[in-house]
Amino acid sequence: MSVTAPSEQEVGVRETAGRIVNDFAIQVATVNGSGSQTANLVLLRSIFQMGVPVSGKNMFPSNIAGLPTWYTVRASSKGYVARKKENDFLVAMNAETAKEDVMTLSPGAAVVYDEPLKLNELRKDLIFYPVPFDKLIAPVTTDAKLRRLVRNMIYDGVLSRLLSIDMGQMEKALRKQMGKKEKAIALNMNALKAGFDYADANLPKRDPFVVEPMEGKTDGMILIEGNAAAAIGCMMAGVTFVGWYPITPSSSLCESLIDYLKKYRKDPETGKATYAVIQAEDEIAALGMVIGAGWMGARAMTSTAGPGMSLMAEFTGLGYYAEVPAVIFDIQRAGPSTGLPTRTGQQDILSTAILSHGDTKHPMLLPASVNECYTMAQEAFDLAERLQTPVFVMSDLDLGMNTWMSKPFDYPTKGFDRGKRLDDERLKQVGEFARYRDVDGDGIPYRTVPGDGLPPFFTRGSGHNEKALYSERADDYTNNLNRLSKKFDTARTLVPKAEIDLAGRGGVGIIAYGTSHWALIETRDQLKNEQKLDTSYFRLRGYPFSKELFDFIDAHDRVYVVDQNRDGQMWSLIKLECNPQQVAKLRSIKHYYGLPIDGRSLTTELLKQE
Amino acid sequence: MAGKVNIIGLESTAYRGAKTTLCAGCGHNSITERIIDSFFELGIQPTDVIKLSGIGCSSKSPAYFLNQSHGFNSVHGRMPSLATGAVVANRKMIAIGISGDGDTGAIGIGQFVHLMRRNLPIVYVIEDNGCYGLTKGQFSPTADLGSTLKTGVINDLPPIDTCALAVELGASFVARSFSGDPKQLKAILKAALSHRGTSMIDVLSPCVTFNDHEGSTKSYAYVKDHDEPMSEVGFVPYFEDISVEYDPGTTTQVTLHNGSKIVLTKMAEDYAPTDKIKALQVLHETARRGEYATGVLYIEPNKQDFVDMLGIVDEPLAFLDQSKVRPGKHVLDEIVESFR
Repeated sequence: MSVTAPSEQEVGVRETAGRIVNDFAIQVATVNGSGSQTANLVLLRSIFQMGVPVSGKNMFPSNIAGLPTWYTVRASSKGYVARKKENDFLVAMNAETAKEDVMTLSPGAAVVYDEPLKLNELRKDLIFYPVPFDKLIAPVTTDAKLRRLVRNMIYDGVLSRLLSIDMGQMEKALRKQMGKKEKAIALNMNALKAGFDYADANLPKRDPFVVEPMEGKTDGMILIEGNAAAAIGCMMAGVTFVGWYPITPSSSLCESLIDYLKKYRKDPETGKATYAVIQAEDEIAALGMVIGAGWMGARAMTSTAGPGMSLMAEFTGLGYYAEVPAVIFDIQRAGPSTGLPTRTGQQDILSTAILSHGDTKHPMLLPASVNECYTMAQEAFDLAERLQTPVFVMSDLDLGMNTWMSKPFDYPTKGFDRGKRLDDERLKQVGEFARYRDVDGDGIPYRTVPGDGLPPFFTRGSGHNEKALYSERADDYTNNLNRLSKKFDTARTLVPKAEIDLAGRGGVGIIAYGTSHWALIETRDQLKNEQKLDTSYFRLRGYPFSKELFDFIDAHDRVYVVDQNRDGQMWSLIKLECNPQQVAKLRSIKHYYGLPIDGRSLTTELLKQE
Repeated sequence: MAGKVNIIGLESTAYRGAKTTLCAGCGHNSITERIIDSFFELGIQPTDVIKLSGIGCSSKSPAYFLNQSHGFNSVHGRMPSLATGAVVANRKMIAIGISGDGDTGAIGIGQFVHLMRRNLPIVYVIEDNGCYGLTKGQFSPTADLGSTLKTGVINDLPPIDTCALAVELGASFVARSFSGDPKQLKAILKAALSHRGTSMIDVLSPCVTFNDHEGSTKSYAYVKDHDEPMSEVGFVPYFEDISVEYDPGTTTQVTLHNGSKIVLTKMAEDYAPTDKIKALQVLHETARRGEYATGVLYIEPNKQDFVDMLGIVDEPLAFLDQSKVRPGKHVLDEIVESFR
């Protein structure tokens, strides 16, 4: 049981003499609330527009203004989008963290810093570029408030010059960011130019890092956060009811959804909404509303994070036992308790699989990409209605709130699956409606909803028989629980299938899920290139587990399970269903310091266990 | 009584439910009977109704009326949120929620507060016996200060007045009645069913097993002695002629959303049920005297209800077809373009 910790600083070999093209990470350290987000996104987008694969990761405080925040832009010609362990280029704007930020850099890294901070005195093995930000911003505007807001654009200008990021792309990205606010654009452009000109005149290039235009890697791609992608998916899935309660890092999912619904889901004739969104009094009520709406036949969803999941346990159990469809997004963050609300993790896996008291188990979808946030949102609604149960989409902060490149989303080709709804014809076939009778042998019964003109039934979270009548009989109880288990077995074949790569040829297998995928791509390349170690990969995309997972374990000598949590939660969940031979093969890699997992740490940890 | 049919041609048996499993003589059973009478007499189609409840003796009762309606006996104290989702998902359905004093006043007070505040269209009935029957008689938050348990334990906390709370929070129809007063209770229930918005009815309903002894302020004997009807409530459905039965000189009429009238015959004092401050004053004054004001305490007939406020389509959200809820490809293209 060991840990991949941030302190294990790995000193990479640097090519100081030559040039390092399109393969480095820039970290910008600022104070939150200072308007740095615009500058950071312009930086990210302009590199992206030059055709270079990028990823942007925001490490921000649980606070509105005044605390340190870091934004990392990674450029990678190979297309690696996981967090890079080492930062190569630091922009130190925050006096409070500047010293520590500089001290943690590897030798050879470059630092753009606010001149009065005198960071160049700290180390001799770095390349320093002092920039007098206050002096440069003074001529841009006389308004003190505006100065503060556009000051950060100066570092974009400096970076444009130092890293050869095209100024035209910077302007294009800025216009994209600002929309039609011409005055704001002009002001920001002036700050951008001030930075560029200063660097051009005063900062001779001494570091090796360069951005060069590339072809074919980002063509037609979009930049989007997972929460927005999920929101689009929900709208395309025809969501009609949303009950939610604000919580980081999930709020932007429902907020994006509200924006889209307002714009695109009004009845064309009456202008009335074809959806309802209710901000509930808490997460208990949010899911309560969703269960109420789902029971009525609406496509209903909520979105939350760890603390909300704890509160939703009660209604999840009811949804499971009374068999009511619901879609729940868990944008996981670092717990326990309030934990680190603005840091990422995969810490709700085990608790969600069996959320609520009694014998319960729930399907989970495990998106790794923004595209899967979009597609799995749609699959979740179909599955919830097909299985008549709460279905969880286990995203995380890294996926939900950070900016990712993606191929454009495809318009859905499949119609909605509304599941087993009784109709007159089916009623004639079965003769008698029994809400919880397993007519088809798959554990999934037929249901009716209020107002559909079909036979009613009485729904309850207490013991019931096939006909939904109150029952405390032992046989009714166990038959029902066993049928629910059978239904769960049916779910094994319905949740998204794993992506399997057997390159390891029976040796090393790796099981990973969610955002670990991106680090794993890099890890597998590192193992292959540096260690001549080919690995197989099972990218888990859904729970309950399918037969393929156990076949994969059987087919390999040793199998690593990658978790972004302390206790190896997926590793544990898999072990619950393994035979002793399979258990013996499983090894756990755990990453849990709140930052997105990186390939180098993963490689190091895996090799430690080899 | 077979043979007598209501205006939609149904016999009263069509409004009955399963056999009650509550104690013989339980006030809740009387309330169930009045609910059956009210739906029958108003000629409401049972398949247009949803019955919702939380947990407790009270919350079992939806199984005992309206067998042809869908029902949902949910989790403790959470009926309001379930009802909110259900009612919004299908605005055509008539919702009746049954709760208890523990289900509402203790574990469910948060959700109760927000349902009242939203003015969700629902008839919300609290079957209020001041104790937890199903767990054998512990005090609930509506138990009066100084009342005693069978075991002699004295309640040392003041009660929550759910009616005062409902008036304060925005419910647009607030009433209190007594399970042992069938005439008043039925008139109130029928008026509530004709009102659009939250109709909150606190029905004092003695627990014959755990709270019908000397020392209990929710016993039959106590409530009968301390019941102060604010007004005699008459209810005239919209399909009946209202002019014959009441003398305008002694009554106050309130027209409900569907054209029905609620007719309050003035009692000892001149009571205007549309005055929020007056309603709260009466509730506080009667409470100070150790009495329960009964009748329709507050009504705001034209207040916008929550479903209307949402601006949703007339067709139930739950029944919207894919063509109405999945935007076309051009919408996806437009959104995707915005992320380039």
